[in-house]
Order: sequence, then structure tokens, then C-alpha cells
Amino acid sequence: MDSGMTVPAERSVVLDAGDMGRAIRRIAHEIVERNKGAADLILLGIPTRGVFLAQRIASAITPIDGEAVEVGALDITLYRDDLRLRPARALEPTAIPAGGIDNKVVVLIDDVLFSGRTVRSALDALNDIGRPRAVQLAALVDRGHRELPIRADFVGKNLPTALAEQVRVRLVEFDEIDEVTIEGGAR
Amino acid sequence: MRHLLSAGDLDLDEACLILDTAAQLASVSDRSVKKLPTLRGRTVVNLFFEDSTRTRISFEIAAKRLSADVINFAARGSSVSKGESLKDTALTLEAMGADAVVIRHGSSGAPHRLATAGWIQGSVVNAGDGTHEHPTQALLDAFTLRHHLRDGTGDLAGLQVAIVGDILHSRVARSNVLLLRTLGAEVTVVAPPTLLPFGVADWPCVVSYNLDEVLPNVDAVMMLRVQTERMQAAYFPSENEYSRRYGLDVRRMGLLPPHAIVLHPGPMIRGMEISADVADSPRAVMAEQVANGVSIRMAVLYLLLGGMTDDDRKEL
Repeated sequence: MDSGMTVPAERSVVLDAGDMGRAIRRIAHEIVERNKGAADLILLGIPTRGVFLAQRIASAITPIDGEAVEVGALDITLYRDDLRLRPARALEPTAIPAGGIDNKVVVLIDDVLFSGRTVRSALDALNDIGRPRAVQLAALVDRGHRELPIRADFVGKNLPTALAEQVRVRLVEFDEIDEVTIEGGAR
Repeated sequence: MRHLLSAGDLDLDEACLILDTAAQLASVSDRSVKKLPTLRGRTVVNLFFEDSTRTRISFEIAAKRLSADVINFAARGSSVSKGESLKDTALTLEAMGADAVVIRHGSSGAPHRLATAGWIQGSVVNAGDGTHEHPTQALLDAFTLRHHLRDGTGDLAGLQVAIVGDILHSRVARSNVLLLRTLGAEVTVVAPPTLLPFGVADWPCVVSYNLDEVLPNVDAVMMLRVQTERMQAAYFPSENEYSRRYGLDVRRMGLLPPHAIVLHPGPMIRGMEISADVADSPRAVMAEQVANGVSIRMAVLYLLLGGMTDDDRKEL
């Protein structure tokens, strides 16, 4: 893809595969610590990359706690507040574990936390699905610039950015490489 | 996609997008809160000039599950019965701010006229026009076929489908032939020569007069009602003879391969095109067709109205 001629000079890798693996393991430990174990936990990834991150965090939790954690996916497209700014989007799968989310602790998992609007949509979507005992938020990268009063409980890396910059998370499952980059924007 | 007027207007990608979207939306029907906020503030008008229960209610439920405001407009009991034209009815709806008009009309082409005459700005969805088309019915049939015979994903390449009965008066048949062809299925229409439309030889399907010969080779058979309300002449000697030659009874169902399913768009006339034993058998999927209809119509309304519309573009 990056053939060399069009790579912008500003592109820099902020997390490589090793960093990402350590961040995921630390988030897994923090989730177990905060919730005093992994009982009643449900990890819900926000498509696309949040779902893969949720699966990775879940498999990192199992050796810590010995228990398998339930994993699902929560598509928030139909709850977005900017639907009318773009043509109708294709939907991603939503998969809620069979037992439902009532009285469980739901950990929402997204790749990048930015404006907070995605998380706001996810909270609305959860509201229509059931009543969890608590909802927590994990993000691989928090790049700041919140537009809503929302913060993450578990963060892989805090990344101060300029608004013009683009933070991109790539995962092996989807992009054939594990890395987080900052691209574009005049520094 | 601005309007949905004909199943023939959909290319393979668009048809699959509608089916995939419907598959995701189907899960809403299993939740305790069967509601999504997506079309909040949009108005959908159900404009029905012909009688309908299933389709109108299905569109109404679909729009309400997406939080749209729904106005039901039946020709009977409205100004139309006093002689108002389609144009003036449309202009009235436009003045009231309809974002989408779901229209059923006895005249073939009425939805097309409504969409292209410049009377209204909103999207037009064809819910059945005369003997022409009924695209959402074809989509829900394709969705049902895909669910039973293709794991619920992708297209219908290689699937063999027979459509049996009153092809001449059936908008369901025409829409299904067009859509199933787009999805890669092979269609055989089976009917007495008098109930085949002029020009059927040019349709992308095979024509047969002999149901018993066709049944052993199909994955699904779709039975159609004989639409006596549209008939001004005798198309067959007696109902009994029609039923004997083109009706699906238990003996004929036995000719189908074991995996094949039986569809019917409804309303059914038991004893005529389908026997009660067949209609009540586990291979008949009519109840699923109705349930899938809601998901398909939600998908169509979402894809037409859920994103940026021309009105939104003007405001920017």
C-alpha cells in the first residue's frame, strides 16, 4: 500500500506490535483488578477494530483469572448523531452473548477515543438492549479533543494530538500489521 | 439509491446490501425494546390506493421500529374517493412534509410517475403497482431463500426456483424474476398459457406448462394466488381443473427434493393454488416471509432515509 512515493514525511509509528501487545495485557490486568476478577464481565467491541481488540483482551484475561470472559460486538451505526451528514452506511454485526447484559459489567472496547460521540451512541444502544450493573470503557488510544463529558476507564496509550492529525490503528486481523500511527497535519 | 421502484433497478451489490442490512436489523425483533432512534423526525406516508393488510402493516411496523412518524392514507375514506387526482394528493403530501411515500396503486407505473413528475421531493417506495412490480416482496422472498438455502449470506448463484400460477396478473412474479436473476438464481415460471403475460419469452427465465416435470429439480417453489379480481375473462375452464393441474397438494410436494421449501406471498386461497396440508406443513415458510418482510422494509427505509437526503444537503 505504502509504495514509498506517497508516504507523507509526518507519518510516525507510536505503537508497534510489541507495544500494542503489552498495552493489551496491561488493560486486561487493570480490568481484572478493577472488577476483582472476571465474573459477570462482558467485553463488547465496537466494530470494526474494537471487536478484534475485545477478543484479544478477553484471551489475555483468561490466563490471569482462569475464567473465560464473554465477548461480543456492538454496532452503533443506527445510534449515531451524524447520520444525516453522510449517505446511509452499511451496518456491522451486533452480537450480544446469549445470557444478555442485564446485571453484568459491560466493558466497551474501541480502538481510538476521540470526540466521545461513538461512546455516547454505544451507551444509547446498550440502553435499548438491557440494564447492565455497570458500564466501563477501554480504548487502545486516547487522542483527546473530547466533545462530550466522557472518559475512558482503561487506556492503552494517551496520545496528545493536533486536530488536523490522523491517528490510525491497524490490527493484524484486518490490516495485516499491528501498529498505531499518527499521520498528516502540519506540526 | 433515492427511490425503490423496480426490483430490476437493483444491481447485485445494492441487492446484497439490502439483504445484509435486513439481516442485521432482524435482531431488533428479538429484543425487549424493539425500537431504534435512526429515523427520528422523518415522516413516512403509507399511500394505499388498493386494499392490503400484510404490506401496509409491515411498512408501518418497519417505520415505527426506526422511530419515523407514520401517516396511513387509504384511498377509501379520503379525498381520492371524491375524485382527487394522484397529482393533487401528492402535492398535498409534499406540502405536509413527507420524507418518504410508500405507494400501492392499482395502475402499473403510478409509483414511477410519482417519483419522476417532480410533485414531491421525498423518496418513493413501490409497495405494489397494478400487475407491474412489488420489489420489497421480491426482496423478502430472496431473504427467506438465502436464509434457508444459502446460510444467510452472499448471493443465490445456482439456486433453482419455480414460480407457479397467475404470472399474468402477478407483480410479485415479475419482481421476483428480475431480482432472483440479479442474485444469480435460475427461475422457471409455470402456468397455463392463458395466464402468462405477453412477452414472457423475453423474461430472463424458463417457461413451462407442466408442474410435475419442474418440481423434482427445484430448491424452492413459490405459489401465486389466482387474482380473480383482476380478471375480466375466463382464463381456465374451472377452478377445479386449475387446482388439479397447477395447485400444490401433498402428492406434488412429495416430488420436491427433501431440502426444498414452499413460499407464498399471501393471501393464500387454500384448496385452490395450495392445499391446506401443504400450507400447514413445516416446509411452508409463509410465517417467516411475513417476519422477514418487516426486516426488509426496515432496511429499505434505513437505506433511503437513514443517511443524508436532498433536504439535508440543502440545509448545509
